[in-house]
Amino acid sequence: MSISRRNFLSWMGAGGACALSATRSGASPVQEFPGYAESYAVLHDSTKCIGCRSCEQACNQVNALPKPEKPFDDLSVLAEKRRTSAGAYTVVNRFFDASGQTVRYVKTQCNHCLEPACVSACFVKALQKDPSGAVRYDASLCVGCRYCMIACPFEIPAYEYDEPLTPRVMKCTLCRPRIIEGKLPGCVQGCPTRALSFGKRQELIAKARQRIWEHPDHYQDHIYGEQEMGGTNWLYLSAVPFSRIGMREDLGTTSAPELTSGALAAVPMVAGLWPVLLAGLYAISRRKDALARSEQKNAVAETVNRAQEETEAKLAALREKMTREKEAAISYEVKKALDEAAKQAEAGEEAEPDGSGTKSSKEDT
Amino acid sequence: MAGGHFSRGTFQWRPFHVIVGLIFLAGLIVTVLRFTGGLGTVTNLDDNNPWGLWIGFDLLCGVALAAGGYVTSAACYIFGLKRYHTAVRPAILTAFLGYALVVLALHYDVGRFWRLPYPIFVSQGTTSVLFEVGLCVFLYLTVLFLEFSPAALEWLGWKKVRALVVKLTLVLTIFGVILSTLHQSSLGALYLIAPSKLHPLWYSGYLPVYFFVSSIFAGMSMVIFESSLSHRFLHRKMDERHIRESHDVAFGFGKAASFLMISYLGIKLVGLAMDNTWQYLASSWGGWFLLELIGFVALPAFLFAVAVRDRNLKLLRFSAVLSVLGLILNRFNISLIAFNWHLPAAERYFPSWMEIVLSIFIVTLGVAAYRFACIRMPILYDHPDYS
Ligand code: SF4
Ligand code: SF4
Ligand code: SF4
Repeated sequence: MSISRRNFLSWMGAGGACALSATRSGASPVQEFPGYAESYAVLHDSTKCIGCRSCEQACNQVNALPKPEKPFDDLSVLAEKRRTSAGAYTVVNRFFDASGQTVRYVKTQCNHCLEPACVSACFVKALQKDPSGAVRYDASLCVGCRYCMIACPFEIPAYEYDEPLTPRVMKCTLCRPRIIEGKLPGCVQGCPTRALSFGKRQELIAKARQRIWEHPDHYQDHIYGEQEMGGTNWLYLSAVPFSRIGMREDLGTTSAPELTSGALAAVPMVAGLWPVLLAGLYAISRRKDALARSEQKNAVAETVNRAQEETEAKLAALREKMTREKEAAISYEVKKALDEAAKQAEAGEEAEPDGSGTKSSKEDT
Repeated sequence: MAGGHFSRGTFQWRPFHVIVGLIFLAGLIVTVLRFTGGLGTVTNLDDNNPWGLWIGFDLLCGVALAAGGYVTSAACYIFGLKRYHTAVRPAILTAFLGYALVVLALHYDVGRFWRLPYPIFVSQGTTSVLFEVGLCVFLYLTVLFLEFSPAALEWLGWKKVRALVVKLTLVLTIFGVILSTLHQSSLGALYLIAPSKLHPLWYSGYLPVYFFVSSIFAGMSMVIFESSLSHRFLHRKMDERHIRESHDVAFGFGKAASFLMISYLGIKLVGLAMDNTWQYLASSWGGWFLLELIGFVALPAFLFAVAVRDRNLKLLRFSAVLSVLGLILNRFNISLIAFNWHLPAAERYFPSWMEIVLSIFIVTLGVAAYRFACIRMPILYDHPDYS
């Protein structure tokens, strides 16, 4: 299958908000997958269905499923709407018209979508679309995560909840083993009113269209499954709007892989861009740190310098002051000595003008 | 309460041990039932509701609430906000335990747990969002293990190995952020495939972005909440630096969370506008949606802002709890409450008591392991040999 190719890098989805889903952004170049041209399909003309449950019985037999609580000819089970389960790959449900008079029946089973949600959801490829048209399940790979059940828009896959260690996902196989042998699917063969026809999908679509064209009053002008969720290999005709026979008409034509392609396309973007961005942020924060650090260093150095200068200046001032003081002291001393000498000279002249005073002063020194 | 103060030899039963013991016993019983009777015996899951509490709570909430790990380490190592340094170890420990327990819980939930490595090693379903989740969670768990290991190695005294791992810090952090971005958003992207099942108010192409952004503020709120628990119960294990810095961390994260929550509200509105789903606001689903957004996002965002302005630690912690609850509510809405909203009430899912017991068991395991690590390893204090 080419689903992975479909996850074309959607720059829009990736670059923008990470995950604009392809449908919404509308700019994602997702390729259309028209389905395998030669794939088989089943057309269910619900207007021919009489709710006999023969298909359920046939399906139970060809798939060797466990015997149900109530036998297949017990139609009381139709009173309640049922869904497929681990024990029943297909169920028939009964609906009433708005008037409450006319009864409608419709058979439900896996629709074998062209681009199945379950296949794109399975993280171990236990579900695969087969060129025959069947969506195959491989129990030897299944982990039992049940994401396929979340994904299926038709609420089809069931699970063996009572198996403690080896639960399987259970759903219709399109009777692939039988159609490979050239046989009809069990349910198709078992249907007494030919409400089910088996064939190539293209041919069945043509056939359905012809029926609508020939009996426009009898049929809704819509082949359910031609477009729904990208198209399915099980096609339906109905006399009443499909929502009246329990089929959702709000599913749209977007295939499941398209819904997640945007998000998946964003993965390589995140993985590619994030490291660069983060490394950049880291570099910036490192640079900031480095800047802060070098600034701090500078500041410290400056302070040291300034301190040194200051000290030097102080020292110089001190030195100067000291020199000045010393000088002052010297000149003071000199002056003092001179003064003294002058005084003594005066005194000597007064006491012994003949010079004895000079002698004594010499002895002093 | 300084629970769990026991001396060797004479083990004393304290309320903490009794409660934990009872929960472990109940968890053990559910474990036995699960692996002998299957999911059908212990859960209320059915074919319409294949994912229940174990995915909605254990996986979605577990992973989102463990986001504190990458948020804190990114803040510290990539953005260079050094004051978050003391918050890194507890956050990484929480994340590591959180992810380990998520993986443990998955063993209960998936059908064949021994095949959990299959998507990575046997058959790669690359078209699946779940594949991306699985791969990223696996890789991130490894990254978290390495990021956490220095604490354990310091405890064991293996200095050389520790020195080696510490050198990888930056690379691991960058890896962690990439992987977290991818799988946090992918958890939201899981639901992109089911537009027909998830209520339009919650379904949006932006789900991955919503999940990613909300994981960031939820992770921050969780860090705040946890640090308040640590203050209460593990105070004696905190050194001065951790006690001093933890309040700064809390206020820093509170402020950041407040901004993020406001922008989250903004992008939620953009989502509504893009898909034009306004009309649903008038329904009762709309009321529920607004309760989630106003009561559990806008209100805590506002309270965070007030708490930061007033430096009101009590209010900050209250807002953190509110925001964590808001995240849980959001994940529950997307995975359980607004999922399958189209089904009739009888077909809706409500967890069985055994599912709840197992989830409690898993959380208790986490708390016990956290406590074990904090008591023995240098998580809330710096190891004297390495500081
Ligand atoms: S195709 Fe086969 S498996 Fe599918 S419903 Fe019919 S009988 Fe059952
Ligand atoms: S109907 Fe459901 S189970 Fe069947 S192929 Fe489509 S998605 Fe898969
Ligand atoms: S339950 Fe099995 S088949 Fe379904 S998605 Fe998971 S692994 Fe695939």
